[in-house]
Amino acid sequence: MSGPGQVVRQVLFTNKAFWRNPASAFFTFAFPLMFLVIFTTLFGEDEIPVVGGVTVSVSTFYVAAISAFSVISACYTNIAISVSFQRDAGILKRIRGTPLPSWAFLLGRVVHSTIIAVILVAICALFGAAFYDAELPTRTLPAFLVTLLVGAASFSALGLAITAVIPNADASPAIVNASILPILFLSDIFIPFDNPPAWVDFVGKVFPVRHFSDAMQAAYFSPTGSGFSGVDLLVMAVWGLLGLVLAARYFSWEPRK
Amino acid sequence: MTVAIEVRGLRKSYGDVEAVRGIDLTVESGEVFALLGPNGAGKTTTVEILEGFRRRSSGDVSVLGDDPATAGAEFRARIGIVLQSTGVDPYLTVRETVDLYGGYYPNARPVDEVVDLVGLSEKRDTRVLKLSGGQQQRLDVAIALAGDPELLFLDEPTTGFDPGARRNAWEIVRNLSSLRKTVFLTTHYMDEAQNLANRVAVISNGEIVAEGPPSTLGGRHLAATVVRFRIPAAVADVPDWGQVPASDGTFELRTDDPTRMLHDMTHWAMERDVSLEALDVSRPTLEDVYLELTHELGATAGSE
Repeated sequence: MSGPGQVVRQVLFTNKAFWRNPASAFFTFAFPLMFLVIFTTLFGEDEIPVVGGVTVSVSTFYVAAISAFSVISACYTNIAISVSFQRDAGILKRIRGTPLPSWAFLLGRVVHSTIIAVILVAICALFGAAFYDAELPTRTLPAFLVTLLVGAASFSALGLAITAVIPNADASPAIVNASILPILFLSDIFIPFDNPPAWVDFVGKVFPVRHFSDAMQAAYFSPTGSGFSGVDLLVMAVWGLLGLVLAARYFSWEPRK
Repeated sequence: MTVAIEVRGLRKSYGDVEAVRGIDLTVESGEVFALLGPNGAGKTTTVEILEGFRRRSSGDVSVLGDDPATAGAEFRARIGIVLQSTGVDPYLTVRETVDLYGGYYPNARPVDEVVDLVGLSEKRDTRVLKLSGGQQQRLDVAIALAGDPELLFLDEPTTGFDPGARRNAWEIVRNLSSLRKTVFLTTHYMDEAQNLANRVAVISNGEIVAEGPPSTLGGRHLAATVVRFRIPAAVADVPDWGQVPASDGTFELRTDDPTRMLHDMTHWAMERDVSLEALDVSRPTLEDVYLELTHELGATAGSE
């Protein structure tokens, strides 16, 4: 079978196994929606400026922010943790002993996470349109999709890269959350900063999370333009490439001892 | 006969520790070859070099005509690997798992045929997480067979099995050799090597200390027979058998001609109406040979 055919096959089998773990599947979807409801309930009354002089209510803002969070959760967090478990269980080593190209296995994993991310974002968008005055980004759909895919690809690559510093599967949730949660809090995902302190602003500029959130805001709320946020997408793509290079160099197929 | 595996002067070091110290092996196509040795002797290091998982420090290795260190997908399409303790996705069924792995190979065997071969027919639609340990191990073999490989590696296939599960696993390996597959297995059970292998190499402390068919391993077929018996203390006039008996009257005699020796002794005993108590005639077992071969050198190196 050809390489692309093998990727499709990996996606189908991964998907089959994914839905057979109902608890895991349920929380993958419930988690971002739960955050969306909690944060809008807590902070939703205020107004906040987003792009191009547009001001939206914070609850509307959260539709875009939690869309970005959904992608990070489905790609970065999910891939890092599940691949660590597969590595510890020896599944990666077993795959390595078959003729399946390594890239086909990993790409299948990434494509599946991206599909999950797309479904999550679609749910967020529909939920936002129904309850939080966030219009569906139909006019800016190309920008919306490109932002989503660049985010999914970049955070998937980073998720694969972080497995290199995870010593064993039991440690993976702690390490993955420790690496991403502080940045999420400082990057306009959970808490929108109007005038952030300089160091918070610095963190947001350096890491890809706020760029992703900003790009999502632009894709959702841009009043006139195409909704593309070039610089933000570029920074995300650079991080993604960095992740890919680090993963290619340090990714381990065998359990670490 | 063609050669499936050829190893010359293989060495592997981990830092200062030399786990494999210059071994030579030849495995013919179609034979079941066992690498027998205690834990830490270098078995897993050796087999993982042959499988292409580890790089050797030096020496020549040829597996199915390829160097596993540099060979690609075409080489991996011709081998099947059963590693020690590797998992599969717990939420897929037996059939789906065999189908998934078989799909990686150009000439996959029919899924149901493979499932039958390892005796999992009744569990074909059961999810992996509901299988017992022994059933999961059979699934491991099924996965390795899914691509219809020419050469199968089994790394300690029955470690941790109860006796019934071991018999089943042996049956599966015998089925494989009847399919004319070449099988390379590692084990630390002497009876496993004796029951399954056409040829055995004993590895100890990273070196091959004996090699041959189980029946002649370590010169076992040439070793002297031991005749043991005890003569009650009351019996006088015991002939000189070239040995002073132990304090309880036990003799332990070695001979290359046990027929004649037994005849002489029983003749003497019958004439005097004396009983040769606890009479025992034995030849060294594979276990004796194995312990003798591996004991002196000890086994401390290695990384298993």
